[in-house]
Amino acid sequence: MPRTGRLTTATAVLAAISALATACTGQGADTASDDPKADVTLTFWHGWSAPGEAKAIEDNIARFEKAHPNIKVQVTGNMTDDKINQALRAGGDKAPDVVSSFTTDSVGKFCNSRAFADLNPFLAKSGMDKTKVFPKTLLEYTEFEGNQCTLPLLHDAYGLVYDKTAFAAAGITEPPKTWSQFAEVAQKLTTPKGDSYERVGLMPTFHGYETTPMRLAAQWSPTYFTPDGRSGLAADPAFAKMLTAQKDLVGKLGGYEKLERFRSTFGDEWSSEHPFHTGQVVMQIDGEWRAAMAKEAGVTFEIGTAPLPVPDEQAADYGKGYLSGTIMGIAAGSRKQNAAWELVKYMTTDTEAVVAFANAIHNIPSTFAALESPDLQVTPESKTFLDIARHPKSSTTPAKADGGTYQLTFTDFAYAVEKGDVGDIPAGLAKTDRQIDTDIAKAK
Amino acid sequence: MSPWLIGFAVFFLYPLLSTLYFSFTRYDGFRQPAFNGLDNWSYVFTDYPLFWPAMRNTLWLVLVMVTCRVAFGLGIGLLITKIKTGAGVFRTLFYLPYLAPPVAATLAFVFLLNPGTGPVATLLEAVGLPSPGWFTDADWSKPGLTALALWGVGDLMVIFMAALLDVPKEQYEAAELDGAGAWARFRHITLPNIAPIIMFAVVTGVIQAMQYYAQPLVAGKVAAGVIGGSGQQFEPGYPDKSTLTLPQLVYNLGFQRFDYGTACVVALVLFSLSMAFTALLMRRRGGLIGADR
Repeated sequence: MPRTGRLTTATAVLAAISALATACTGQGADTASDDPKADVTLTFWHGWSAPGEAKAIEDNIARFEKAHPNIKVQVTGNMTDDKINQALRAGGDKAPDVVSSFTTDSVGKFCNSRAFADLNPFLAKSGMDKTKVFPKTLLEYTEFEGNQCTLPLLHDAYGLVYDKTAFAAAGITEPPKTWSQFAEVAQKLTTPKGDSYERVGLMPTFHGYETTPMRLAAQWSPTYFTPDGRSGLAADPAFAKMLTAQKDLVGKLGGYEKLERFRSTFGDEWSSEHPFHTGQVVMQIDGEWRAAMAKEAGVTFEIGTAPLPVPDEQAADYGKGYLSGTIMGIAAGSRKQNAAWELVKYMTTDTEAVVAFANAIHNIPSTFAALESPDLQVTPESKTFLDIARHPKSSTTPAKADGGTYQLTFTDFAYAVEKGDVGDIPAGLAKTDRQIDTDIAKAK
Repeated sequence: MSPWLIGFAVFFLYPLLSTLYFSFTRYDGFRQPAFNGLDNWSYVFTDYPLFWPAMRNTLWLVLVMVTCRVAFGLGIGLLITKIKTGAGVFRTLFYLPYLAPPVAATLAFVFLLNPGTGPVATLLEAVGLPSPGWFTDADWSKPGLTALALWGVGDLMVIFMAALLDVPKEQYEAAELDGAGAWARFRHITLPNIAPIIMFAVVTGVIQAMQYYAQPLVAGKVAAGVIGGSGQQFEPGYPDKSTLTLPQLVYNLGFQRFDYGTACVVALVLFSLSMAFTALLMRRRGGLIGADR
């Protein structure tokens, strides 16, 4: 073949590949034109897997179908985010119309990539003012730069679950309110055994299940980003203070290596062998579900719940905490978006549905009306978390274009700090800022 | 057009060229790819904090794990071929772990090597030896993964046994008559005869190590206590990025961060490395086989 012929062939092959490659990309519809009154079957994917949770979803769907006889819902549970992401990307008949995910951190990514439809037009069409339906913090983590691509479907508040019996035995009459009290109580409740522990007052390391840097940082009321959208970890002293306090607490309880070795003996977070259930940990930083799970596991001690302690200089703000939750959205590629909206609207805003679901799975309701509903079953333990959720200074982590990557970058740095690998925390935070800015710029 | 050519074009050439194309684009899987020049490439090599740790770990596994696996497989093969009675039993015992699914085998290993509750730690402590942190200690996690790879060395053992049994007995007899010792026989007869098989084991081992994904991910996740459930994100590599490998980055970037362009760059780096190692080994092969000819 002459050289020009080969060149032409190569160019044609590359052009064909480009065309094929771009043809394989999904395109989301921006407008919904389907008739919500027409007979239709929706596909709904969610992540719940426990029998009680799955039943609660089915009960909710049954109520929805009764109220909307023209809409049938095919429910698939136990779906991971990875599967959801792939199905949304691939599109087609088998892809879900409606999706719920536990990973609040993914919202920015979902909205930025237009994987989920913007729900603002649907809310407007239904004459709903979202600010009057949902608490402000919940709207913060379900939207991204004005694109309300998801809505909250119940939510989680993080606080302290503790063994009241062990507290009493140690002569401690009430849960710690400030960080210095927290460190003192944690030390007092720690029982060494050889070069390890019989039990720890608290497993402080950031690998300790729900003890993430973001949840601890919330007690310092941090600001993650500057007004111009740049990462502000170094600019806000809250982060350096939290990390310093954490490093100090890890040191006081025996040091990182020793604690991590002990942590490696813990059972699975979602099993009855959770260290709080087995008595290996006296205080556990956790969500509202832990007390109920501990009771189901048959613990013999009395369970207490309290908000997470706050820094000593912010004692007046005691009661605040970190909030996140399950999100629900409509696949941008769905051809049944109006019908899908009916399901999303019902699941996320219908007071009866939200309350019934919250009661069934021991989560916190996500609407103002449901939070005040007389039908809401409130136990002494769950009241603590309801109060955290209502606290005006409770906060969340903002949605960003790179999803939760910025949080992982911050978490990586926090791991290094608690291990004792970081000498200059402010300089390290500044470097982390630069990485976060780079990643977000790339995602945009 | 030959069927081979169709297969090659569809299953190799097209994916390779489209990966190359996407590596120069900003592509999240939802919107159309947009050309962004060398942005993804410069990000990977200069701004992506996980790339170099993953590269170092992958190369460590290629060099150490493959070497250990080949040496151990050959050693076990040699021992079993020498055994007069019970060779079948030992062959079965060493081969069985290879049949265990990778995830199950990894879970079992993390449990066995748990520094607090694992039987290995209990045994070491009983004889007065300190128990390493294994999968909770960055210095020990890759040796832990290597131990797991050695446990499943049954495939190589069987291949080496077949090769060892094929070495002509007359050569050993002649060498013995000349007064050659065991090492001299191994060095001058066994090794040259089984050199092509060693090369096969090394090349396939390198390619497998380059694609090492499930075991380090599972080991890291289990040791970190992240099984999933509450919507927490998990970045692979626990502890301290020591179990992070390049294939994990490809998955993480593409399917979790929606950054297919950058994932394609890492995939191409992985492909280039595999090709470079294979080419290098194939060039060395002539020298190895001809060493004693």
